[in-house]
Amino acid sequence: MSRAATRDPILVRWLLIAVAVSFLALFLVLPLAAVLTEALRKGADAYWRSLGGDDTLASIRLTLLVAGIAVPLNLAFGLAASWAIAKFDFAGKAWLISFIDLPFSVSPVISGLIYVLLFGAQSALGPWLIEHDVKIVFAVPGIVLATIFVTFPFVARELIPLMEEQGRDEEEAALTLGAGGLRTFWAITLPNVKWGLLYGVLLCNARAMGEFGAVSVVSGHIRGLTNTMPLHVEILYNEYDFVGAFAVASLLALLALVTLGAKTTLEWWHRDELAAAGRH
Amino acid sequence: MTWFLIQDIKRAAIAAAAATAIAAAIAIAIPGALAAEPKTLLNVSYDPTRELYQEFNTAFVKHWKTRTGEDLKINQSHGGSGKQARGVIDGLEADVVTLALAYDIDAIAEKAKLLEPDWQKRLSYNASPYTSTIVFLVRKGNPKTIKDWDDLIRSDVQVITPNPKTSGGARWNHLAAWGYALNKWNNDQAKAEDFVGKIYKNVPVLDTGARGSLTTFAQRGIGDVFLSWENEAILANREFGGGFETVIPSLSILAEPPVAVVDKVVDRRGTRAQAEAYLKFLYSPEGQEIAAKHHYRPRDPDIAKKYASDFPNVRLFTIDDVFGGWGKAQKEHFGDGGIFDRIQAKK
Amino acid sequence: MSAKSVRVIPGFSATLGLTIGYLSLVVLIPLAALILKAAGMTAQQWLDTLTDARVLASFRLSFGGAAIAALINGVFGLLVAWVLVRYPFPGRKLIDAFIDLPFALPTAVAGIALTALYAPNGWIGQLLPFKVAFTPLGAIIAMIFIGVPFVVRTVEPVLQDVDSELEEAAACLGASRVQTFLRVILPSIAPALLTGISLAFARAVGEYGSIIFIAGNLPGVSEIAPLLIVTKLEQYDYVGATAIACLMLAVSFAMLLAINMLQKWNRQRLGGLS
Repeated sequence: MSRAATRDPILVRWLLIAVAVSFLALFLVLPLAAVLTEALRKGADAYWRSLGGDDTLASIRLTLLVAGIAVPLNLAFGLAASWAIAKFDFAGKAWLISFIDLPFSVSPVISGLIYVLLFGAQSALGPWLIEHDVKIVFAVPGIVLATIFVTFPFVARELIPLMEEQGRDEEEAALTLGAGGLRTFWAITLPNVKWGLLYGVLLCNARAMGEFGAVSVVSGHIRGLTNTMPLHVEILYNEYDFVGAFAVASLLALLALVTLGAKTTLEWWHRDELAAAGRH
Repeated sequence: MTWFLIQDIKRAAIAAAAATAIAAAIAIAIPGALAAEPKTLLNVSYDPTRELYQEFNTAFVKHWKTRTGEDLKINQSHGGSGKQARGVIDGLEADVVTLALAYDIDAIAEKAKLLEPDWQKRLSYNASPYTSTIVFLVRKGNPKTIKDWDDLIRSDVQVITPNPKTSGGARWNHLAAWGYALNKWNNDQAKAEDFVGKIYKNVPVLDTGARGSLTTFAQRGIGDVFLSWENEAILANREFGGGFETVIPSLSILAEPPVAVVDKVVDRRGTRAQAEAYLKFLYSPEGQEIAAKHHYRPRDPDIAKKYASDFPNVRLFTIDDVFGGWGKAQKEHFGDGGIFDRIQAKK
Repeated sequence: MSAKSVRVIPGFSATLGLTIGYLSLVVLIPLAALILKAAGMTAQQWLDTLTDARVLASFRLSFGGAAIAALINGVFGLLVAWVLVRYPFPGRKLIDAFIDLPFALPTAVAGIALTALYAPNGWIGQLLPFKVAFTPLGAIIAMIFIGVPFVVRTVEPVLQDVDSELEEAAACLGASRVQTFLRVILPSIAPALLTGISLAFARAVGEYGSIIFIAGNLPGVSEIAPLLIVTKLEQYDYVGATAIACLMLAVSFAMLLAINMLQKWNRQRLGGLS
């Protein structure tokens, strides 16, 4: 890193930093500032009070539960999918990747609607589900399904380009030297992609907690029962409780910062190894 | 060299597995926890009724407890009227629905057959225990001197109303303007279409819901007049620090937000007695008083007299008189290729 | 590295099977329900939908706006990723922390916050000589916002991985910094960059929650395609709604497929050279 050949002139450096920072300030920092300004408009007391309500706590619990189910499932899927796609050649790979991307391009309104079409009272399954008192849509399972759908591609999409970039030589070498498949995966592949994996999980988690549109369709909006945090924000907003709405929203924004704090700590713990890896 | 990292990842994997197990356990535990709770009713309602039902539910739970000794919990769901009706059609288990338009409850009766088509005759006053109307909200001091519907087509006036295709309230706005024009030009439909078209020409933003529109008007400072439910106008003026005035037009529409028990759901859940008592309580003096306090016009003559000073006299027409009911109005005005679409295409 | 080489690496059938199984369960079967619903339309109805001026205008805004937003995100996302990976400067970690914000913030909140900023009386809006909020430009602003993390987060890990020895070698051989970037660095991060751009694009096409607050939603001008879906649903027209959804899906899928094919081809070409 410190060698002259790979260093840019100081002027270029600061120019690029300035442009990047202004872009982020314009599109990310200012909106966040607007949210925080609204949340703190009536002072810190009002802010804390609005976070303590029963319905707010229920929405936080539900959001954590939903993310707690959706993220690990998509993580497992992401690892399997990226292994299959990056380490092997097979026909139809571009199609498979495109199918994995698909949930990104589906409008959130539709992501929720598809589960209503599948499990709603008017669907083919509907009468059977009602008869057996199985609730999927307008209950927690529907919210989990919609969240899984929306966050489906994150881990896979993060890992695929990274694993492809790294190629297969190291794995092949390890296997030739007699290491088992799983051991190769643990000892070679995972360490190589760990940062990408971490980004994928962070994104997946952030989106799982922040998803609004799709969940809104399958939730039923029952106060204290099927409202996730984003839905609760909408409810508070529609009750003219701007402080409450933006306070819960700021909590979600804060979450992104907390997960990032965890990532930074991890990086710091392993800074020696990172430096070593950078130098090869 | 990467041994520690592998340890981390393994630990993370174990933590993730544990999190999943705990989450799953909680998910399984939730229905069980619900079963132990008292009997519940779910009221699926539209957006502006939150404050009303918050107070009304508390009153009813108390009323029910003293009458029968039974504990009852009322769950409340709010959203756009059409969206809420769709939820009920698709399986949201509402014991009672309290929506913005009869058309939406008709849809539940027609598409999901959850209640009889004649539901609106089962309770008095068209099954609408309270009414409202459409008024104008203008900026303090009324700088553009907006007095009546005619002022809305002036070229120097900007009008804020939500999209009638997505907002129940906006449909009332549209029909109120239309009814005024018909009255003015002796039922000349072409003149009415021209008039309402000119109003939409003055609309710079079509939000999807009434709340979004109000924010555009109040917080963003866009527009000179906001077409609003009467109760919302009063509430808005209070919430936004009184920077506005209400203007009552010479003629407006009688908005009747209807209520109904969802037969199939209450019979399956065994909550018919509670659900019917709940709606009946809306018509009781106590229920009517709560409605009046939240700026809905009460039906009960005595309560109406008591709160007469809160509700200025407006000449009102009904949707049945002028448009022949919701089914017809919806199709002609807001269906695909209907009047609203025609007006927008002409612009 | 031909497709027929003997597979040394194990786990192909297991991982591929898991991938396809989960994909079918979570994505493909539910989407099939959508297509099945839309199949209820007659040929004439499809034709009417396809030629409806409002539908076409909304597609122009959703796809055109998303393309512009994705390109802007491509340029600035790459720049941000570069700065975050290469240049240690005070506050870098904090900035890194902001990148995921658009995902964590519910879209409705993002829409409200952006409208507050870009409205004529907002912090930014009052400084600008032209209108942003309540115009198609507003929709593009919201699309840029929701797409920021895609490009940055897909490029970042790959950029961290780029071999510095290659760069040094290029420099020793007399290449300028710009040449090194274009010939050495860009090719190795291009797949990730393209992935990020296509994902940002795909996400922006379908976005609803934040845009409806800022776009103004005037039919034919600032009305996005997902809003048309919602208006159809409000009329209980599930078939019409799913039809527009299927059209959007088909166009997005074709674009994603084209990009992924291009990448595969590109990789094979590069693979053949090395």
